[in-house]
Amino acid sequence: MSILINKNSRILVQGVTGHEGLFHTQQMVEYGTHVVAGVTPGKGGDWVLDGKVPVFDSTKVAVDATGANVSVIFVPARFSTDAIFEAADAGIPLIFCITEGIPIQDMMRVRTYLNQKGVRLVGPNCPGALTPGEAKAGIIPGNIAIPGNIGVVSRSGTLTYEVLYALKLKGMGVSTCVGIGGDPVIGMNFIEILGLFEADPFTDYVVLIGEIGGSEEERAAEYISRYMTKPVVGFIAGQTAPPGKRMGHAGAIIERGSGTAADKIRALANSGVVVARHPEEIPDLLIS
Amino acid sequence: MNLHEYQSKQIFSKYGIPIPRGRVAANSSEAKQIAEELSGRVVVKSQVLVGGRGKAGGIRLAKSAEQAEELATLILGMEIKGLPVRKVLIDEAVGIDKEIYLSITNDRSTRQPIMMASGEGGVEIEEVALRAPEKIIKVLIDPLLGLREFQSRDIAVSMDLPKEYWRPFIQIAEGLWRVYSENDATLVEINPLVITKDKRLLALDGKMSIDENGLFRHSEIAEKRDLDVEAPPEIEARKYGLSYIKLDGEIGCMVNGAGLAMATMDIIKLSGGSPANFLDIGGGAGADKVAAALRIILSDGNVRAVLINIFGGITRCDEVARGILSAISEVQPKVPMVVRLVGTNAEGGRHLLANANLITAETLVEAAQKSVAVVREVTP
Repeated sequence: MSILINKNSRILVQGVTGHEGLFHTQQMVEYGTHVVAGVTPGKGGDWVLDGKVPVFDSTKVAVDATGANVSVIFVPARFSTDAIFEAADAGIPLIFCITEGIPIQDMMRVRTYLNQKGVRLVGPNCPGALTPGEAKAGIIPGNIAIPGNIGVVSRSGTLTYEVLYALKLKGMGVSTCVGIGGDPVIGMNFIEILGLFEADPFTDYVVLIGEIGGSEEERAAEYISRYMTKPVVGFIAGQTAPPGKRMGHAGAIIERGSGTAADKIRALANSGVVVARHPEEIPDLLIS
Repeated sequence: MNLHEYQSKQIFSKYGIPIPRGRVAANSSEAKQIAEELSGRVVVKSQVLVGGRGKAGGIRLAKSAEQAEELATLILGMEIKGLPVRKVLIDEAVGIDKEIYLSITNDRSTRQPIMMASGEGGVEIEEVALRAPEKIIKVLIDPLLGLREFQSRDIAVSMDLPKEYWRPFIQIAEGLWRVYSENDATLVEINPLVITKDKRLLALDGKMSIDENGLFRHSEIAEKRDLDVEAPPEIEARKYGLSYIKLDGEIGCMVNGAGLAMATMDIIKLSGGSPANFLDIGGGAGADKVAAALRIILSDGNVRAVLINIFGGITRCDEVARGILSAISEVQPKVPMVVRLVGTNAEGGRHLLANANLITAETLVEAAQKSVAVVREVTP
């Protein structure tokens, strides 16, 4: 079992005919994911992947025709904001935006709109989600994880793969892995994903992978200490990263000194999270 | 990307925010001429993208055009926090009754724009925020609705701004909101916004930071980029879509993905070494990107070994391996290289590299330990 996506998810790909979109749609289909439709304005009526996936001009029409309930977005950054609004407007309840480079103010408008509609967004600038053995929405390589009872949530891409791979080498399986993205304004955050893992009867352990910047990890730590009964192992990347250069006073006034790796590690450790020193240590910490 | 004071204030002015009369000068005779036009009493302000210009002596008052010329000569010869002063802003000097702080930035925790204001503006504003946080007024702005007039009025009231200034203050706040929202800014800041002795509101200083991801729709702003604030390798890296930051250590790193790049640096430290740089080659790294990355890493004379750590997802390891081979033949590195390839087409990649004189590793820990070990061998 899993969170967010499973073998019954009906997935639609926005930007299906692009270079990246097509490659990863093929990977998703080969993994056994139910990809029911693609959208590329102007290419409606075509089929991709040897007639396996129909292409539509609009997301609304695609949803009406196929009953798609998850969208994965690969369109270029300057069109992604509109693509997210389009998916939400078409009634899709869960959107993964893989594209990187979306302006922050666009994302603030997207967030406000989606909250009002009750639509979930994962990303942008994220690898998506993988429920091993069932489905994948996004670009996480399918062959680096096996099914199991560990939930993984991360702000990174390749660092997440590193952790999945380390778990697989020890024969440890994953319920679902979600990459929430590292941008300043994102859709679902650590807390929302942790809540889903806590409620998922098939997840027994959780791995949280954070990095420097922002205060999402600190907030996650507070949530864990109050609401999580399942054991959590964490890792924070960026312990040796130099502090960023900052202009003006506004950032210093609202963020006041938080966001370093040391702060985040302390916050997690104080909430009972076992914090790994490096990613390959995570499987051993889960065993103990 | 950060804008200079004079660039920010020019933009503010277009949105109806009053700024002092003045112009920017690149040499002392221009400075003198501008000061003459402004009839003598002016402020000579260094234009460099660092904080603390005033404390460094980069902002000085001149009582005459001649003195403005002298000060411009002095300031244009300065370096402030390592940055050369290439331009000075010559602004009319004004009498000041009160200093206000006003800014809009992105509040990450609520994912909304936030306007902040204080009746105790000026260079000590961060002190005020620490000592008396209640004196910083914070108002969240709905990104779909924009700043509403009542919000600006509430700020004016909360700052105890005399009633006759409410109207001009509201106009400035609205102007600042438009500067922020129409230019993809991540920060717009007026510190100080002053009440002059002749009872005007005036933006004496201005700062703007622009979201790099939003620059595609603001080509006129993108042209204003000041390359002085970036080291040449960082500029070179951006050309190839790489992200590079130089550090002080001796092990050069080439990694795909920012999180993994940071984790690789951390593990080098944990193994007793120290990273020479952060370098993320991004997704889908082809041969030319890898070659550029290697050149940039080796341009740092402190580098004693290079660690290449690639986890193939979108990026295919065989493609990276080809890039490494062509980079080696082009750059002829004289330092040992440790390579770890995992994931998509890793087998093929490792096969391609078998005959190159490289140290290989299976795990991240092994790769870090081997790089630290070779550095110890080459530096007795």
